[in-house]
Amino acid sequence: MSITYLEAIREAQAVALRDDPRVFIYGQDVAAFGGAFKATKNLAREFPGRVFDAPISEDAMIGMAVGAAVEGLRPIVEMQFADFSTAGFNQIVNQAATLFWRTKIPCSLTVRLPFGGTSGSGPFHSQSLETIYAHYPGLIVMTPATVEDAYSMLIAAVAIDDPVIFCEHKFLYYHLKAEALPSEALPVGKARIAREGRDLTIVAYSAMVHEALAAAAELAPEGWQIEVVDLRTVKPLDTDTVMASVARTGRLLCVGEAWPWGGVTAEVIARVASEGFGLLDVPPQRLNAKDTPIPYHPNLWAAHRPTARAIAVAARKMLRQ
Amino acid sequence: MFDTVLDASVVGETDRLRELHLSAYRFMLQARLLDEKLASLYRAGKIHGGVFLSRGQEALSVAIGVSLRKTDVFAPLIRDSAGRLAFGETILDSLQTCLGSALGPMRGRDGNVHRGKPREGYLAMISHLGAMISVVNGTLFARRFKGVKDVVGVTCIGDGGTATGAFHEALNQAAVEKLPLVLVVANNQYAYSTPNDREFACADLTDRAVGYGITPHSVDGTDLTACLDVVGRAVAQARRGEGPQLVVASLLRLCGHGEHDDAGYIDPKKKNSPLGRDCLKVAEDILLNRQWADATEMAVWRNEALRIIETTVARVQREPAPDPFAEHWTAISTRDLRETHDELGV
Ligand SMILES: Cc1ncc(C[n+]2csc(CCOP(=O)(O)OP(=O)(O)O)c2C)c(N)n1
Ligand SMILES: [Mg+2]
Repeated sequence: MSITYLEAIREAQAVALRDDPRVFIYGQDVAAFGGAFKATKNLAREFPGRVFDAPISEDAMIGMAVGAAVEGLRPIVEMQFADFSTAGFNQIVNQAATLFWRTKIPCSLTVRLPFGGTSGSGPFHSQSLETIYAHYPGLIVMTPATVEDAYSMLIAAVAIDDPVIFCEHKFLYYHLKAEALPSEALPVGKARIAREGRDLTIVAYSAMVHEALAAAAELAPEGWQIEVVDLRTVKPLDTDTVMASVARTGRLLCVGEAWPWGGVTAEVIARVASEGFGLLDVPPQRLNAKDTPIPYHPNLWAAHRPTARAIAVAARKMLRQ
Repeated sequence: MFDTVLDASVVGETDRLRELHLSAYRFMLQARLLDEKLASLYRAGKIHGGVFLSRGQEALSVAIGVSLRKTDVFAPLIRDSAGRLAFGETILDSLQTCLGSALGPMRGRDGNVHRGKPREGYLAMISHLGAMISVVNGTLFARRFKGVKDVVGVTCIGDGGTATGAFHEALNQAAVEKLPLVLVVANNQYAYSTPNDREFACADLTDRAVGYGITPHSVDGTDLTACLDVVGRAVAQARRGEGPQLVVASLLRLCGHGEHDDAGYIDPKKKNSPLGRDCLKVAEDILLNRQWADATEMAVWRNEALRIIETTVARVQREPAPDPFAEHWTAISTRDLRETHDELGV
């Protein structure tokens, strides 16, 4: 048996619905149709009265989920694409994110964002929004890179008492397969060493973990041992694991698919620079998408986002210093 | 674009209607054939990303294009291939965008239905539903501000898109400002897989107009004559200064949401009802019954359209793809304010 990243997300929601009667799913086309990507396939049938089609009203979708959370339910909201969550942005960042801090009432809701670039998807079906959500206090932002994490982190997200922005990468939906679903998982908020090495640390998350691993494999025959840290959640950010890795390697390259200005890669470098400056043998570097909207044409798209090749080039430069 | 300025007193109302129908029909036919070509290119793997067709919505869409003047504003949406052609977009523009040519209006940066030429009053939609309406409001507001008269702005949306906050905000805004906006709603009964009854609960979408204080119009979207009449009237009323107009058309999408979708969720009862009539076939019957055209002429128009489409596809397929090394990786027009740091992508 093999299971894809997308199927793992479906299974995690089935488990959440089965184990917790407070859980329900709300989103456009999620019920009988099973969602635009089929992430909720058959769930409406298996769990009658628990999966609801929403109108194209992202603001009201999140608002309703917040109200339901106040009443003690645990909504999972599917955005058809992460890009459309901006139409519900106000309710996410001003309502969901501030509720506990203002009222002591926790806001347990999970917003699933199918995000990230795929070839030919263009400026409005490709965005990576983890950075802007991570900017707001009160939100947890998850970015699973593996089938196992997609599964266990989504189950964890639903169980957490705070609003979780669950960023699931569309590029990984069908590509990524595992033999079985895990029975155990690392705690939420803990990063993972995806590959051990001693010459350079690449910090990545979501789809970029796989680009980083491919770059590490490319550099291995040249004699370089690259360590790859998978952040898993970008907020909270596991600075300890990153710092420990940099202490071993002395070199830090951060990779993110989101835009360069500010953001997760900048945050990682800022933390290492201020708390572990002495660990660094060379200036830390980062690679992000280019500072333009995400282009439609595959030629442009491939140059817009960081790839294994671009990562290997950047790493070589640092290794030779 | 069909010029509606033919003087009725000279050529007579029947002649005017005949010309209008013939022109509209030929754009519908071109749009349908272009759509079919796009679908086959998609199936052959020649188009990256999605393909979204207008099948079943050509009569409504074309009525917009032929009712507008070149100096008006048009912000088409996902299923407006006929209206785009009638407003003046070329088959070349469309194919260059869909095939990602570097020479096309979008230069490979955006694709499929996300195309336009804003300087020509032809706005380029973003995907976020409802978002174009207030932008059309802005163009109309600006024209009035600049003293430009006689302008109408039309934009389109589906039944599903009427549930967005943006739709409500923009309609209210247009009403408050008394803008010459015509919003055309294609109620094709579904928003992707979701049927009307999970999208809204009012008896009819024209009820919305009443709440905003704007003029409602209903039309059978499968009937070209009705569409030309109703859309034409709404545009004329907006042009006369009667404020925003909401046109709601009933029809059925005769294709998948995109070409990836088999639309298995569409109720067969709907397909077999009058809503499921193919507007192109209905238009042909109208022309034949009124003896405004015969089958031979129609075959000539079809072959002519096919020939243009085929030669244009062949031409565009020889055009260069965008070159990432020649691309200006900046989204800012102000030269002095462009970031120069490597990491920021310049
Ligand atoms: C704000 C927003 N949310 C979600 C989507 C995703 N989406 C694209 S088309 C569509 C259905 C649109 O239905 P409708 O408005 O009826 O237009 P139709 O496709 O039927 O022409 C959805 C949900 C979107 N484009 N914008
Ligand atoms: Mg619809």
